[in-house]
This record gives sequence, C-alpha cells and structure tokens, in this order.
Amino acid sequence: MELSSLYTQVILDHNKETKNRREILGHTHKERGHNPSCGDDITIEAKIEDGIIKDLAYHGHGCSISQASASMMTDLLTGKTVEEALALVEIFLSMIKREIDDIDYLEEVLDEASILQGISNLPARVKCAVLAWHTLKEAIAKNQ
Amino acid sequence: MKNYREDFPILDLHVKGKKIIYLDSAATSQRPRAVLEAVEKYVQEENGNPHRGSHTLSLRATEAFDAARLKVQKFIGAKSTKEIIFTKNATEAINLVAYSYALDYLTKEDQIVITIAEHHANLVTWQQIARKTGAKLVYMYVDDQGRLPLKELEKINERTKLVACTHMSNVLGSIFPVSEVIKKAHEVGAKVLIDGAQAVPHMPVNVDEMDCDFYVFSGHKMYSLMGVGVLYGKEEILEKMQPFLYGGDMIEYVYEQETSFNELPYKFEAGTQGVESIVSLGAAIDYLHQVGFQNIHEREMALTKYALEELSKLSYIHIVGPTDLTNRGAVISFTVEGVHPHDVSMILDHYGVGVRAGHHCAQPLLRYLDVHACSRASFAFYNTKEEVDALVINLDEVRRVMGYGTK
Repeated sequence: MELSSLYTQVILDHNKETKNRREILGHTHKERGHNPSCGDDITIEAKIEDGIIKDLAYHGHGCSISQASASMMTDLLTGKTVEEALALVEIFLSMIKREIDDIDYLEEVLDEASILQGISNLPARVKCAVLAWHTLKEAIAKNQ
Repeated sequence: MKNYREDFPILDLHVKGKKIIYLDSAATSQRPRAVLEAVEKYVQEENGNPHRGSHTLSLRATEAFDAARLKVQKFIGAKSTKEIIFTKNATEAINLVAYSYALDYLTKEDQIVITIAEHHANLVTWQQIARKTGAKLVYMYVDDQGRLPLKELEKINERTKLVACTHMSNVLGSIFPVSEVIKKAHEVGAKVLIDGAQAVPHMPVNVDEMDCDFYVFSGHKMYSLMGVGVLYGKEEILEKMQPFLYGGDMIEYVYEQETSFNELPYKFEAGTQGVESIVSLGAAIDYLHQVGFQNIHEREMALTKYALEELSKLSYIHIVGPTDLTNRGAVISFTVEGVHPHDVSMILDHYGVGVRAGHHCAQPLLRYLDVHACSRASFAFYNTKEEVDALVINLDEVRRVMGYGTK
C-alpha cells in the first residue's frame, strides 16, 4: 500500500479538523476508549434526545487514523437515529473486517469514512480505525 | 572497522527493496550467527531433559545447562551459581522477588520506593504488592533532563523496606545512580532490586561490587533467544525465601502431605526450563565478550552522539530525555511536532526504518512528563552512521507526508 493512499488529504484534513473535537455541554452519553498498545485515547460524547443523536463529538489524542476516523464518524452519525447510527457502525466495522468490500455501496452509506477501507489491509492500524466506533457503540449500550 | 551487521543474519533482510534498518534493539536485540549455531548444536547433539536422567543426552543437556549458568555468574560477577536463577524474562524475575520475598516480609508499616521511570514490569508488580501488604508505594521523580536527582533519594527512609530502581531507563536512556541508591537503601536497612534489562547488553555489570540484593535482566535484549531471563539474588536472602512456583526439579523429597525443597538455585526453577534459550544466553555472553564492552560502548556512544546532534538540527523534533551524553545509553525517545508517534513509526517503516512508538510500557512516566506517546530509536553496536542518516532524512518525509513543513 502506498503511503499517499493511506494519508490522503481527507484523512490529513480530518486529523487536523477541530469542529468535531470538543466537549459537549449537557451530553447524555460519554465513553472513553483506549488502545493500550499504541496510546490512542479518545472520549466520545453524545447528546441523544428522543432516540436521535442531536450532537456528537470527541476529544483526546491519538494517531491520525484514530482521530480522522473519529471525526468522520462524527460527521456521518450526527442527526441520525440511534438505530441508524448503530447499523452504520456495524457496516463500518464489517468493512474493516473485510466482510463487506463493495466500495460503491460503502461510499454510498459511509460517505467519507469509506476511505478507511484500505486500513483492513494494515493489521497494525485496524485498532486505530475502529476505536471511535467501538467506543460509541459502548457508550450507547451502557446508557440505553 | 568491522561491520557487525555481518554477524546478524536477519540484518540481511530487505524491506521494500532496501536493507532493513533496525532501530529497536531496546525492545529486543537481534541474534548473532554464533548464538544461532550454539542453539542448533544443542538441539542436534545435546537435547535431553537436564537433571532427569542418566542417559547420554540428559547428561549432555545438564552439562550445557550448568555451563550457561556458570557463564551468567561470571558475566555479572556473582559469588556463586546458587545466586543465578533462570526465569522466563526480567518481568518474571521481578515477580519472583515480589511474591517470594516482598509478600512475606512487607507490612502496612513499610514503604516500597521506586522511580517514576520504571517499566510497567517494575511498577505494576510493586503496586500489587503494596495493595496486598498495605505498604505505601513512594516514587522518586526525574528532572527535566530525565535524570534522577540525588535529592530524590531522601525519600528512602527508615520505613523503606524495598527499593526497586532501573539501571537504565528504557524511555529516557538515562543511566540511574544505582550505586548511590543501593548505598542509601542499605543505610536504612532496605533491600534493593535493580532492573538491568536495558543496562546489561551495553555495559559491564558487577553485582558483587554494586552490592545490590537483587538484579534482573532478560536474555533477548542481550542477543539471546526470547524466553530466558535471570534473577540474581544474594545467597543469604534467597535461602530465606519460599519457592515461587512448585513442581518438578525444585523438590528434594515429596510425600503425600508434605515436601522438602531442593537447594539453590533449583528451588526457584520448577518444571523443565527453556534450555535452548538458556544455552543461547550462554553463547550470547561469549559473543559479547568477543566483541568487548569497550568496543560496544565506543560504537554505541558514537551513534548516540551523532543521532542527538543530527536530531537537534530538526526544529520539529523534541528529545524526551537527556540531550547530552553524560550517564546516557543508546536509547533516544522523541516526538515529532504535529505527528502522532504511531504515524511516525508507520511512515518510517515504509522507508525501511524500524522504530518503536507508543508509551513504551511506562505510562506513569509519560504522564509525569506530559507526553502522550513518543517514538524511540534505540541502537546496538551493529547499527551504523548511515542508518542514523536514514532515520533523520526520513523524519523530514514524515513531516511532508503529514502535510507539514520540514526543517
């Protein structure tokens, strides 16, 4: 895999993006996720009202892949119902596990997050890519 | 000048068309041909279960096993082979002391003193012992250059029963004043364990002169196979300690309801040991003597000096640890401004340069230094100046790929 196809402009931009990297005043859900092996450590916060994700954000620190993935997830899932969001989380995780590889379909449902499909070939980075998604799932499961 | 890369078959590997550049010897060193050949000879001509038979191969294996222990004894200057206990690694050696010594001798009135720079192996273990015994865990902190100021040693006081201190930090590269630590600890009647995992491959160690009570290290960081570590302990202390693990070879007489234990060092070596690895450790010691510690020191310090100089020219690099060569080993941790260490290591790897990234099994240290994670280049005498150049040149690439300016 070429470096340029991993570190695409979209990923670099999301890595530096700050609008999704913040705390949410009056959040209803909060969960911290951690990759002990590489030190990624992010906290997902969400405000969920009437079954709809009204606001979603993350903070913490980690590699560009973990940060970009969290930012893309935030963009994708804000405004969705909890059911829709959980379904999209599963599709994203299936993409990384190579259970779904139809790129047209992935682009359609996951939007920019489909760029991370290539990570499925990089075992060392899989945990980084899925951290935010797993953490959100955990946050919802714990507080439903 | 001899290029020691030639002694290490793995360094002939090519990654993406380029000769591999291995800058992670602090995690595990590579194995020289002499070590591999010794293991091959053992497996093909000497393998039996030591101490468990009177046939040719069991006797040969016993001989190889004992010969390796003798080499280790002489290598670290211990008084007797009874003081050399084989373990799986340094971590297990620390746990042996924790369970067989500390758990029995510490109470809630006591203190355990360690440094903030300890590897998790020499930190989590003492946290658990503190929890189980009620003893207080006290930290000595490093200064902004990553060195241990002697003033911190004042924390070792009458309440202190055990001091555990690294000989050389696996993150900072600083060499700690272990002689002063040991002296201070003995003044108050405390026992001292020194974690020598990072020191032993790089400098001559003499446990008798040092006067530590326990010294631990792993073979795989000093050119042996993985799976062997060493606990040195003073004989009179080891004698008083209860066994750590129970099983075969550590016993004398076994009855239905009771057992008497074997003498030192076997009392602490339950079950069949990793004899291949132990033999490889003996061969690694022979190899280290052949290269010579003076030679090793000169080469590694020249590389460290050069790397520190070159890295200091890059404005976006921040060194985590001492920036000069005083009391310092060949480990350089650093951060790249704007780029997470995981991305640094991934991009460097793309160019064939292997460095470690993360918290290096020292989360409390990084938290204390306010560094989330860092990259680490560590050198051995088989590394070259050209490899340092490759690291430095490709750090510019790291910045470029991640969309930042260089220099």
